[in-house]
Amino acid sequence: MSEYLFLVPLFPLIGFLINGLLLGRLPRSMIAFIACVSVGLSFILSLFLFFGLKAMPPEIRIVEQVLFNWIIAGSFHANIGFMLDPLSAVMIMVVSGVGFLIHIYSIGYMRGDTGYGRYFAYLNLFMFSMLILVLADNFLFMFVGWEGVGLCSYLLIGFWFEKKSASDAGKKAFITNRVGDFGFLLGMFIIFWQVGSLNFTEVMASAPQVFVSGGVLITVTCLLLFFGATGKSAQIPLYVWLPDAMEGPTPVSALIHAATMVTAGVYMIVRTNVLFIMAPDALMVVAIIGVVTAFYAATIGLAQNDIKRVLAYSTISQLGYMFLACGVAAFSAGIFHLMTHAFFKALLFMCAGSVIHAMSGQQDMRYMGGLKKYLPITFLSMLMATFAISGIPGFSGFFSKDEILWKSFSSPFGNYILWAVGFITAGLTAFYMFRLIYLTFYGKERMDEKTKAHIHESPKSMTVPLIILAILSVIGGWVGLPHLFGFTNNFEHWLEPVMRKTNQIIAARRINEAVGETGIEWGLMIATVALVLISIYFAYLIYNKRTELATSLREKFSSVHKLLLNKYYIDEFYGAIVIRPLIYFSLFLWKVIDVAVIDGFINGMASSYDDVSGTLRTMQTGRVRTYATIFLAGVVIIIAYMVFY
Amino acid sequence: MISISSYVIVAAVLFGIGTLGVLISRNIIILFMSLELMLNAASLAIIAFSRELNVIDGHVFVFLILAVAAAEAAVGLAMVITLFRNKETLNIDRFNLMKW
Repeated sequence: MSEYLFLVPLFPLIGFLINGLLLGRLPRSMIAFIACVSVGLSFILSLFLFFGLKAMPPEIRIVEQVLFNWIIAGSFHANIGFMLDPLSAVMIMVVSGVGFLIHIYSIGYMRGDTGYGRYFAYLNLFMFSMLILVLADNFLFMFVGWEGVGLCSYLLIGFWFEKKSASDAGKKAFITNRVGDFGFLLGMFIIFWQVGSLNFTEVMASAPQVFVSGGVLITVTCLLLFFGATGKSAQIPLYVWLPDAMEGPTPVSALIHAATMVTAGVYMIVRTNVLFIMAPDALMVVAIIGVVTAFYAATIGLAQNDIKRVLAYSTISQLGYMFLACGVAAFSAGIFHLMTHAFFKALLFMCAGSVIHAMSGQQDMRYMGGLKKYLPITFLSMLMATFAISGIPGFSGFFSKDEILWKSFSSPFGNYILWAVGFITAGLTAFYMFRLIYLTFYGKERMDEKTKAHIHESPKSMTVPLIILAILSVIGGWVGLPHLFGFTNNFEHWLEPVMRKTNQIIAARRINEAVGETGIEWGLMIATVALVLISIYFAYLIYNKRTELATSLREKFSSVHKLLLNKYYIDEFYGAIVIRPLIYFSLFLWKVIDVAVIDGFINGMASSYDDVSGTLRTMQTGRVRTYATIFLAGVVIIIAYMVFY
Repeated sequence: MISISSYVIVAAVLFGIGTLGVLISRNIIILFMSLELMLNAASLAIIAFSRELNVIDGHVFVFLILAVAAAEAAVGLAMVITLFRNKETLNIDRFNLMKW
């Protein structure tokens, strides 16, 4: 089975080539069929590979397939090679599975769009790049996928490029990502410099001997890698592109900017967990950045009116949770949340898409309301996803989030401050999500008559993926039922081979620290659930029962509200400290260096030649006798020279 | 016996007259004739040295020059006629089209 590994990314590539090269000349049904089938085949193959891997004994659950040598230069070599281990098996299933559902959903959502073929070609290219990213067996090949998904993100954010805000958002995403990629590249250089290889297996095997644990070099390397992750996964300080990325079509937001691409940073850190565990300082930074981002983005989410923006900030916040998990060395909890988040956040975006579809393109929640009876399937699916993200017990998000919170408290790398911030964020999450639900589906119908007459439930191709994802959002967390409830945590157990070294190091540390008491774990879990329920009650009170409260609160805390509504003025701040100086510097380079110095030099040369030759050419009088005189004078001089010297 | 220096002086004088004619005359035909004069001065010098040094090469050379000069005179006169047909004049200073 494993020799077919390379087919997983190959199928979407074929789909991309067919749709991309024919540029949408095929009939629409054919385009959609090719795109969906190519991803569907990848998904089926991923399932087979997963079960094949599961049948192997845990110790040898790693399959590597090298297709050919890619670069050989001196001691440097990189392969086009794929690696399947428990981690990448989970990732390819999530990516191709959620991706497949979103492809199906797109058939309905993009039905009327003129760029149908282009859209599916980009989407297939994205699937190809993302699968390369998670299956690559070395850093460089992973970087190819990493850049590929960045490119597709750019192309798809700017899909409606005739809209200026969309093409600007695409550029913003691409450039911000490039900043992070720079860190990733530098980290990669250090690894190659020290280890002499970029192959994951080799690096992880020799890293403990090559690097000094806790040393400067490993810390810098990990921080650089993490900086790359902050770009792709929208963490402070490089998160600013993600909210703007909502300019793209909604299925794209669901696939790329919620479920898969933005989790690439988390995946990368978990993939290199052996390096990170050797750099406790870097881990601390990861945890702090993660939890601060989670809290910060959640507060912005409280005040946004655009339904997709709320979800975008929610995504940033949830990614923060994943980094918190990585930062406290609970890597499997991070991947667990990555998976459940992929289900429920993709679902949330797709439901939002369904709502926007029904509302004839309206995205502002202030003009929605009362949609429950018009869109029953969308409403129910979205409610499931909201329960999941809020962490209602039994739903998928509950298990993963609780795991992260518990680990942030109990892990040797965690502490109660990290837990407390994460705990408050859980409350905020529940609040803004139920605010969204109440504003959208309950209350007065605030849309105008024309829109209202047009409201309809979405077609089957859109609702069926919603239902499937809703089911996954409910049961998706059951693969990782915690020890606390008397289960063995299957998910953690499954990822164990990837984390073996890390677990040994953690185990070695834990000897001194007696944490992990069942009583505390129960207590924290109950506290979280209570906070979530209280937050939901407040959301209900403010946005449904007594809506006048919302207005009065807004007036009372108008300065805070304004700050949140304007996203802490971070875009303006970056504009002032980064973009403006860059523009001035570019202007200087253009007007002074380029125009005055370089062009001046070149033009000066040209005009000086022009002057000199303008003078010299007057010698060509065209008069034979003048030439003859000069000729004679020359002869006389030469002869005189030969005679007298 | 006339000494070699006499021949050379005559040749030099002829050459000088020819050169002067080329430089100062405006009429193409005169210019052309002056050119022939220079050629013959050179031939005279060659043949004088050839006789003085008692070698045959100079004679051969001069025959060659005479033959070429005859051909050249034919071509040159043809060109002069063409020039005249174009401009209705033989003033060399009017034929100054090949300038900047």
